[in-house]
Amino acid sequence: MSEDDADRIDRNRRHFLTVATAVTGAAGAGVALYPFLASLQPSARAQALGAPVEVPIGSMQPGEMVRVLWRGKLVFVLRRSEAMLERLPEGLDELRDPNSEVADQQPDYAANATRSVKPEYLVVEGSCTHLGCAPLEDFEVRPSENWHGGFFCPCHGSKFDLAGRVFKGVPAPTNLRIPPYRFVRDDLILIGQDTGAA
Amino acid sequence: MAKIEAEVGQPKGGFMKWIDDRFPFTETMKYHATEYYASKNFNFWYVFGVLAMVVLVIQLLTGIFLTMNYKPAAEEAFASVEYIMRDVEWGWLIRYMHSTGASFFFIVVYLHMFRAMLYGSYKKPRELIWIIGMLIFFVLMAEAFAGYLLPWGQMSYWGAQVIISLFGAIPGIGEALVEIIRGDYSISDITLNRFFALHVIALPLALIGLVFVHIVALHEVGSNNPDGIEIKEHKGPDGVPLDGVAFHPYHTSKDLVAIIVFLMVFSFVLFFAPEMGGYFLEYANFEPANIKATPEHIAPVWYFTPFYAILRAVPDKLWGFILFGLSVVLPVFLPWLDRARVKSIRYRGWIYKSALTLFVISFISLGWLGVQPAEGIYVLAARIFAVIYFAFFLLMPYYTTIDKTKPVPDRVV
Repeated sequence: MSEDDADRIDRNRRHFLTVATAVTGAAGAGVALYPFLASLQPSARAQALGAPVEVPIGSMQPGEMVRVLWRGKLVFVLRRSEAMLERLPEGLDELRDPNSEVADQQPDYAANATRSVKPEYLVVEGSCTHLGCAPLEDFEVRPSENWHGGFFCPCHGSKFDLAGRVFKGVPAPTNLRIPPYRFVRDDLILIGQDTGAA
Repeated sequence: MAKIEAEVGQPKGGFMKWIDDRFPFTETMKYHATEYYASKNFNFWYVFGVLAMVVLVIQLLTGIFLTMNYKPAAEEAFASVEYIMRDVEWGWLIRYMHSTGASFFFIVVYLHMFRAMLYGSYKKPRELIWIIGMLIFFVLMAEAFAGYLLPWGQMSYWGAQVIISLFGAIPGIGEALVEIIRGDYSISDITLNRFFALHVIALPLALIGLVFVHIVALHEVGSNNPDGIEIKEHKGPDGVPLDGVAFHPYHTSKDLVAIIVFLMVFSFVLFFAPEMGGYFLEYANFEPANIKATPEHIAPVWYFTPFYAILRAVPDKLWGFILFGLSVVLPVFLPWLDRARVKSIRYRGWIYKSALTLFVISFISLGWLGVQPAEGIYVLAARIFAVIYFAFFLLMPYYTTIDKTKPVPDRVV
């Protein structure tokens, strides 16, 4: 390249073209990335399979618990006995969130003393809020251990009471989550939907 | 390089010349093998890089053959592994080679990393080799984790549940991120399918690419040695480091001995203890995944347990995640945390020697604690060792500065 050529180079123009090309290219790459990222989201089929599930509760005895799957997640339905309900208000100061103040962990209609629509029936996701293990039921009352009955996570030792409320000093940060649900009839619960007709 | 080019330029004939005119075969062989000079005083600790390559080849070959019979679907995965074990000719051998290979990969890589800590191989000018090596380690962890879900056993499912849930601890984006990882509202067929894609395509490609870059960077700078002496600073008139010997045939023949001994140990485990008492293959994983029940005792495979113990030692979800992540990532910064003027442990003072000893004790203890139940004395012990683990890294700039080092000789003796 002769010196004459060097003089003829418009450096501003070259700089502008370089930056414009790079910016356009980056924008294009960003747009092209979107379909790939979006494909990682739950597909239409996964969403459809996540439809609400019906749980007949007519034959459940007090103290009995059933495990059902909703969206592939474990949900516990527990028919609490009179004795169980009586123990709920005890030892509230040992709980991290006794009044269900963390909004994400239950629908508004379950943010009450029993964390349920009908006090007798607890509907709660069986997924520890620490790292997602399935808690085990431990309904036996052991006064010597100050245990009023509840759920115990075998993975990392988190403990919850019979309303799925988390105890203090365990790794789980919040209460067990209450899924959206409603009573279709007195003996039928619909999990996953709380509005409209079934 | 100048010397290599001069020799390549010499007139040659025949087939090799035909190749070399079109592809730098002879030049590459010289640059990476016959004229790559590494110190003459390599010891036992210098075989693990080559052994890691051997295991990588074992994993790639056995993996390809497993893929021919494995079915990445929730309904079929567990049965297809049973099918490989029982009905495919020699399928049990290929599958055990792959599962044993996974554990040996980590044994070899941990020893390879420890070698770097013994002899200061991460120190200037080899910082980038170390960082690339750590990236290899991260990809290897992801690869092992994705692979562990594939048999779709109880431990596959619940182990993945725990580790994926970890990302839910990130404030704000956590839950959305977890959904994108799983591709579903819970771990399902969809998750299994995408982990299969990561395990057999994406991560192995990344692994091979990083190993290539790791070696290119190493051969640019030159290998360290047990004395931490830069052999390139003393070259003979021919430009060859006086204390170096050619990688091929000298180091390769030594490596061949190591490979044979390694394969003997590998074969012993493969044929006599492929489950290794539940540590290489966990017994809970001989049951198909059951979404409705977590196993009573849940623990990751042994190579993740030191970090898992740190996670469990913290009674808070977010801090558990942060410290867990930090314990994995901290070693990346070793080149800058270590302020000592000498590389090798041979010329370091008692402080670093004690610190490294404590680090090894805490790492092994955390590994053991990671498979114990998370209660009582075990949690307390895990907390103590976690503190030592972090102190080793975080206090390093201080104690390596005050540590009294010995003078390093000019030449390898």
